[in-house]
Amino acid sequence: MASESKRICYHCGLECPSDDIKINDKYFCCNGCKTVYEMLEANDLCNYYSIDETPGITKINEIKRNFDFLDDPDLKKKLIDFTNGKVTTVTFDIPQMHCSSCVWILENLYSFNEGITFSEVDFLKKTLSVKFIEEKTSIRNIVELLDSLGYMPNLNLEERKEDKIKDEYKKLYYKIGIAGFSFGNVMLLSFPEYLSITDEVTLGMQSTFNWISIFLSLPVFLYSASEYYISAFKGLKNKIVNIDVPITLGIFVLFFRSMYEIFIVGGVGYLDSMTALVFLLLTGKIFQNKTYDAMNFERNYKSYFPIAVTIMKDGKETTIPVDKLEVGQRIVVKNNELIPADAILISENAHIDYSFVTGESQPVEVINGDMIYAGGKEIGEAIEVETVKEVSQSYLTQLWNSKAFDKKHESKIDTTVNFVSKYFTAIILIISTSAFVYWASTDLELAFNAFTAVLIIACPCALALSTPFTLGNTQRIFGRNKFYIKNTDVIEKLSKISSIVFDKTGTITETTGASIQFVGENLSQEDQCLIKTLVRNSSHPLSLKIASLLKIQSKMKIEKYEEISGKGISGIIDNHLVKIGSNSFTSDQALNIKVDDQNISTNVFISIDGKQLGYYKVTNLYRKGLKEIIDSLKSRYKLFILSGDNDGEKNNLMEFFPDEKHLCFNQSPHDKLHFIDKLQDQNEKVLMIGDGLNDAGALTKSDVGISISEDINNFSPACDGVLDAKSFKYLKDFINFSFTSKKIIIISFIISFFYNLIGIGIAVQGTLSPVISAILMPISSISIVVFTTFATNIMAKKRRLM
Amino acid sequence: MSVMLVLIGFSLTVAIGFLIAFLWAVKSGQYDDKYTPSVRMLFDDKKPGNTSSTNHNNLNRSN
Repeated sequence: MASESKRICYHCGLECPSDDIKINDKYFCCNGCKTVYEMLEANDLCNYYSIDETPGITKINEIKRNFDFLDDPDLKKKLIDFTNGKVTTVTFDIPQMHCSSCVWILENLYSFNEGITFSEVDFLKKTLSVKFIEEKTSIRNIVELLDSLGYMPNLNLEERKEDKIKDEYKKLYYKIGIAGFSFGNVMLLSFPEYLSITDEVTLGMQSTFNWISIFLSLPVFLYSASEYYISAFKGLKNKIVNIDVPITLGIFVLFFRSMYEIFIVGGVGYLDSMTALVFLLLTGKIFQNKTYDAMNFERNYKSYFPIAVTIMKDGKETTIPVDKLEVGQRIVVKNNELIPADAILISENAHIDYSFVTGESQPVEVINGDMIYAGGKEIGEAIEVETVKEVSQSYLTQLWNSKAFDKKHESKIDTTVNFVSKYFTAIILIISTSAFVYWASTDLELAFNAFTAVLIIACPCALALSTPFTLGNTQRIFGRNKFYIKNTDVIEKLSKISSIVFDKTGTITETTGASIQFVGENLSQEDQCLIKTLVRNSSHPLSLKIASLLKIQSKMKIEKYEEISGKGISGIIDNHLVKIGSNSFTSDQALNIKVDDQNISTNVFISIDGKQLGYYKVTNLYRKGLKEIIDSLKSRYKLFILSGDNDGEKNNLMEFFPDEKHLCFNQSPHDKLHFIDKLQDQNEKVLMIGDGLNDAGALTKSDVGISISEDINNFSPACDGVLDAKSFKYLKDFINFSFTSKKIIIISFIISFFYNLIGIGIAVQGTLSPVISAILMPISSISIVVFTTFATNIMAKKRRLM
Repeated sequence: MSVMLVLIGFSLTVAIGFLIAFLWAVKSGQYDDKYTPSVRMLFDDKKPGNTSSTNHNNLNRSN
């Protein structure tokens, strides 16, 4: 123990700033951790610490939060899953969950509160279901308990779609289970036919075998395959011949031809092929349906906004659900809280961080009587505001009233498989009909046989499997590289885009923003005051940055304030001429301050009374690899930048994006949406890359919307994919790989056409035996699956994505 | 050869039994969360109200 120079918090593992907070020989970094330890000890739950070393979460926020709003009956109704008046079940999202100890402590909640009868964690989804007795406890108590343990749940009123997805998943499992069962047994019963055993005993049992086979394949025909019929029907209704049309045709023909063979001709039919086909197709579906549990691609502003607000009523603070907020109410917004509706500031002044709305993280100073827009975050002490608009009618939230959010907007990009299936179905019908016509004059039965045989053998099982397996595997490869996509369609869309639109702040720049430092002589207090006074008059991003650096308070008067765009600002303060701006602007003499490497940083020079004192060096933290990505993409795509800021950084961006016309500044969230719309009107397929709520409209409207996130468990707006910021440098590789996947699909199409060609060659002669069908169908499908899986893996390795 | 039919009947019964077991497993939610149970099974069981287990846990941590 002597070697231990730094104390480590027993609870969370962080370094302890002092030795003051301790119990016996255990040290803690803060009172929060100590409290949690005490709670655990009091409830005999110290096992927590034996599961994992220092498993706890630091409690940064020690302020007791007010959960009065959780007693509101309407709000409660929205949060709970189920109640019978006595026992209630509620599910919370707990993003802080990170290790097995979290699971343990959360599943032992009943030890803290005897009203809780049961709690269960889903670690991948990061959810906690709690069942509790209404008489003994309440949602509020549970949330308070979770908060005190460091697991503050994400309370939002977004609807849970999970249950529906879960049901669909279950159905798929039922279907595949039944199909697999029938497939195995029917195949077993078909063995005499495969082995051409024709002794009398076997023939005698044939009809029994047939009956069992029919009995086994009926559930497959009626239940397991039903979604293909529905999809084909829906497609035809919308005049689209999707891949499910020839599949449905194939299944129907297989089934009815088998019935005909068994009952009229006395053969064995193709029931084994039919069950195998359905089983294989469903396997493809399950492979394609991989989803990322903890992620939600459908979020809207409601998940960002608080569910409750603190209002002033009769001089007292109370909390009400945000739904009940009305125009004209006074609300209190505390440090780091969001303003839920457009409002007017009542307090003296405030600093509002509009990063959700504009992407710019620099707080804006607002004074009494000014408008504050919904989505802004208060930085600093609590302020009082009066709402002037409803939550849903506010400037930012109005975005969600746009048509783009109206319905699930279908992108115009068609999938390759649907494109192929149109022609495929037509050709198959032509061949089968020609075969029928050819034989009809000589032998009607043979003609009928040939017609159905073509439809059976051409059933595009391999064709239908190539897409899900290739794209499903690609999705996994992307996921391994921290690029999580909503579904496999995104990959195909990604390979068809023609322009790429980037958001600026937070997307191509690091979220931490620019770093700024002063180079030159030390500035005196007085000089700093002068500079601060001057820059406060300008809304240029560089001015804002300098203003935020200078913590000094100044309330001096300014005269002759001038802002010359592209050069700088100047003014006379306290009889001093202060100039801030470019090197030549601030100095009259030819001798300017020498500056090293001008390319990476922007330098803002300061002069007072004609004397240059030095410069602020503002280094833009563009994401790593941005230059390479842009260089490699600019020859193939039209690149655009949409920035919510003003054009202060234009010159820096020009180095990356040479075409000035493609740089748009001062873009509101609505402008961004319209910009994408305009591009799409020009027949561009648009990939939008953004972050934050201000891009939400554009992300939804674009053909592919990718949201960049520093932490994938954080909220990201509705989009098609979430890209971890660390993987931004692979953007080009992801796009390229989508091309590769498409090529692999096309090659596997060619292979499956080849199988079809052989099959059809046999089928048109009207001599298709059940054995050939039973062999050809699985072999073609399995070889396609093997090919696509290997090909995607090999290509991923080659491109170093694996 | 009627033994064949008996065997087929028997094997089908077994197979249907497994099918029902599978469908029941899906229905009861065993396929909903495929990760957490693997963590949960490593915890020591302790029923609510059972406070007999002592604070030996703290000692475990010394390793």
